[in-house]
Amino acid sequence: MNILYDERLDGALPTVDKAALLDTLRSALPDLDILHSAQDLRPYECDGLSAYRVVPLLVVLPQRLEQVQALLKICHAHQVPVVARGAGTGLSGGALPLEQGILLVMARFNRILEINPAGRFARVQPGVRNLAISQAAAPHGLYYAPDPSSQIACSIGGNVAENAGGVHCLKYGLTVHNLLKVEILTIEGEYLTLGSDALDAPGFDLLALFTGSEGLLGIVTEVTVKLLPKPQVARVLLASFDSVEKAGRAVADIIGAGIIPAGLEMMDNLSLQAAEDFIHAGYPVEAAAILLCELDGVEADVQDDCLRVEAVLKAAGASEVRLARDEAERVRFWAGRKNAFPAVGRISPDYYCMDGTIPRRALPGVLHGIGELSREYGLRVANVFHAGDGNMHPLILFDANQPGELERAEALGGKILELCVAVGGSITGEHGVGREKINQMCAQFNADELTLFHAVKHAFDPLGLLNPGKNIPTLQRCAEFGAMHVHHGQLPFPDLERF
Amino acid sequence: MDQDHDDSSALLEQVRQALVDCTPLRIQGSDSKAMLGRPVNGRPLDTRSHRGIVSYDPTELVITARAGTPLREIEAALHSAGQMLPFEPPHLGDGATLGGMVAAGLAGPRRPWAGSVRDHVLGTRVITGHGKLLRFGGEVMKNVAGYDLSRLLAGSFGCLGVLTEVSLKVLPRPRSCQSLCLTMGLRQALDELAAWGQQALPITAACHDGEALHLRLEGGEGSVASAAERLGGTLLDNRYWHDLREQRLAFFAGDEPLWRLSLPHNSPSLSLPGRQLLDWGGAQRWLKSAASPAVIREAVAHLGGHATLHACHSASFHPLAEPLLRYQRNLKQQLDPSGIFNPGRLYADL
Repeated sequence: MNILYDERLDGALPTVDKAALLDTLRSALPDLDILHSAQDLRPYECDGLSAYRVVPLLVVLPQRLEQVQALLKICHAHQVPVVARGAGTGLSGGALPLEQGILLVMARFNRILEINPAGRFARVQPGVRNLAISQAAAPHGLYYAPDPSSQIACSIGGNVAENAGGVHCLKYGLTVHNLLKVEILTIEGEYLTLGSDALDAPGFDLLALFTGSEGLLGIVTEVTVKLLPKPQVARVLLASFDSVEKAGRAVADIIGAGIIPAGLEMMDNLSLQAAEDFIHAGYPVEAAAILLCELDGVEADVQDDCLRVEAVLKAAGASEVRLARDEAERVRFWAGRKNAFPAVGRISPDYYCMDGTIPRRALPGVLHGIGELSREYGLRVANVFHAGDGNMHPLILFDANQPGELERAEALGGKILELCVAVGGSITGEHGVGREKINQMCAQFNADELTLFHAVKHAFDPLGLLNPGKNIPTLQRCAEFGAMHVHHGQLPFPDLERF
Repeated sequence: MDQDHDDSSALLEQVRQALVDCTPLRIQGSDSKAMLGRPVNGRPLDTRSHRGIVSYDPTELVITARAGTPLREIEAALHSAGQMLPFEPPHLGDGATLGGMVAAGLAGPRRPWAGSVRDHVLGTRVITGHGKLLRFGGEVMKNVAGYDLSRLLAGSFGCLGVLTEVSLKVLPRPRSCQSLCLTMGLRQALDELAAWGQQALPITAACHDGEALHLRLEGGEGSVASAAERLGGTLLDNRYWHDLREQRLAFFAGDEPLWRLSLPHNSPSLSLPGRQLLDWGGAQRWLKSAASPAVIREAVAHLGGHATLHACHSASFHPLAEPLLRYQRNLKQQLDPSGIFNPGRLYADL
């Protein structure tokens, strides 16, 4: 699988003269920090998806928005591709640099501009860390709800670009549900305000369109997020099951009972064992699967709901249901889940994290299918996921030092995503397409749908300078990729020239 | 007309014919939202023949239905399974359709606490300006593949394509609901709302009519009962919220133009001529006023909000400033290059 930018498939990029560009930038922006030597550029060669690396042409680290605006105008005038990066924690290569492009690092915009408790919003610069917002709001009893696992490090600008989720999405929504207003700069260096200080804004809903657009439509320069009052209490139940299918059905039963948990997570035996060895959370290591169900809100309701959920879990065949006795145990239960990825990292030299979503009813079938694929490819798969919203994170265990294993892991990952699409799901629930899943986009969307995506891009960046090669594949790429996946003897893109 | 029916191929054919004829289309369901936006001259495209619930499994928290499905049919199906559309959309007419609801993007009293129409849109099928019937998003809760065109279409008043099918996230109905009426002035009400908003109270509607604050509490029996006891006041019939949503309160009577002011919820009271009704805990204010649009819009914009005239009028929506208007035009041009979908419904050249 060719994951790095390939002009043959991803479109020609303008040729940029590095020395001339450096001169231009230095004379126009004398106080802009620019990295250009090989050793300085190296640390920026990848984001959280470290399997893919490209050394960028230049890295710029602006500190003032006027610098960003001037830089974009220069890049637009000279046709220089621009890849934006926040904290670089993304898991799909959305901030993977280009050899022929500038990496625009927004991390220095790290000021919280306003915490407004009466208005229940926070206005922050894009480089502010997700968790820092909740910490700043905490003295007022407020917090910012979306909590991706990387929340200690990831930036809010990146959260907007990826429409980041977390473990509490089912009840509190994704990034898109928790934004009021986003300021952006277009590639032409023009400021646009998307959304407003009110709950809606006139015209087309560009705030919804830009959220999750992976840096292809504009650069986020300021974000106003909603703050929520912290729930009075949160309780967590841990249920053990002797089969993943039973656990999957229990998820549907809880929701069928009219309860929306704050978090509803499932771990299979492999991942819960790894987590237990690492964190000692007190998980039942003999269980085939566990469910963690968090209920939050007002004391009286949470107590009622705990009893209801316990009854539902038992009726669904749980072999054991435990209510975390105190806050310390609750935190420990979650620590096991939140550290599941690094825990799996301890039992395998490498792992590859997938991010497919499926309708909940398809859960048992998809888990079964993943098991079969795992055997077929000879690679172990640990399943950790946001069961409440059908967002799976299968972790494919492999050893990159064994020849061919990375390729096999990638191929297996691709098959798992295609399985998700086949049952009516999506190739990515919260990590984004980035560069990683660019080929799988061809399985999710047909040529006409991709053409419409390119039309949207054209409305904001007709020269295609912002993050080229990410999120939306070219039809050429899909023609080549599709040729490998012939369904019923028909090529998916019959009109296109094959390379 | 009352039977479930997939009429998408006929709708697609009408769009393709319009593209051939270069004839603008005026997309309509029951026309229950026709009083919003600029008048459109075009060949009517009636979506009501394309109707029926396509799939609904309550444990998935998703309903998928064709655009011409009557909203009351969808709400009845949800009700029978103990669920609801959390944003309580106004019908504003007996025949309101799902497509019109999404295209207009209007939400009722629960909006600030439960989210908007677009927040609940998971997927759409849409006939595009290139004469294709395409699918975006889906029936899953989380999906970040490609641009979020489904949510873009919510509130776009049909200017970017013809919605033919929509998947929405739905929620269980709260177990308990109680409404209260507390006599107090507007300023005190705004202060109380600001304070309560920072606490975990189960408020899901808040409206002030000049004399009293009306609140709705929803949740489990325990939280609703304890909040009701704490807040005091007198009991209010829960049907109040339906009448507010459908603009049937006495406030909405009278000949003066009706304005919807969308504001930061803690904005102070506006000194504008006419009568005001505070909704959405302060984030939406209804205004019955004959004051000039310019005066109203300036006052609202000054506070960071915008004003919509609820009338079929040439300047229904708050004007967009450059360069935002230019990019919105670019988007319209890209998605509807022949300009056949509801031209001018939002703005003169969109």
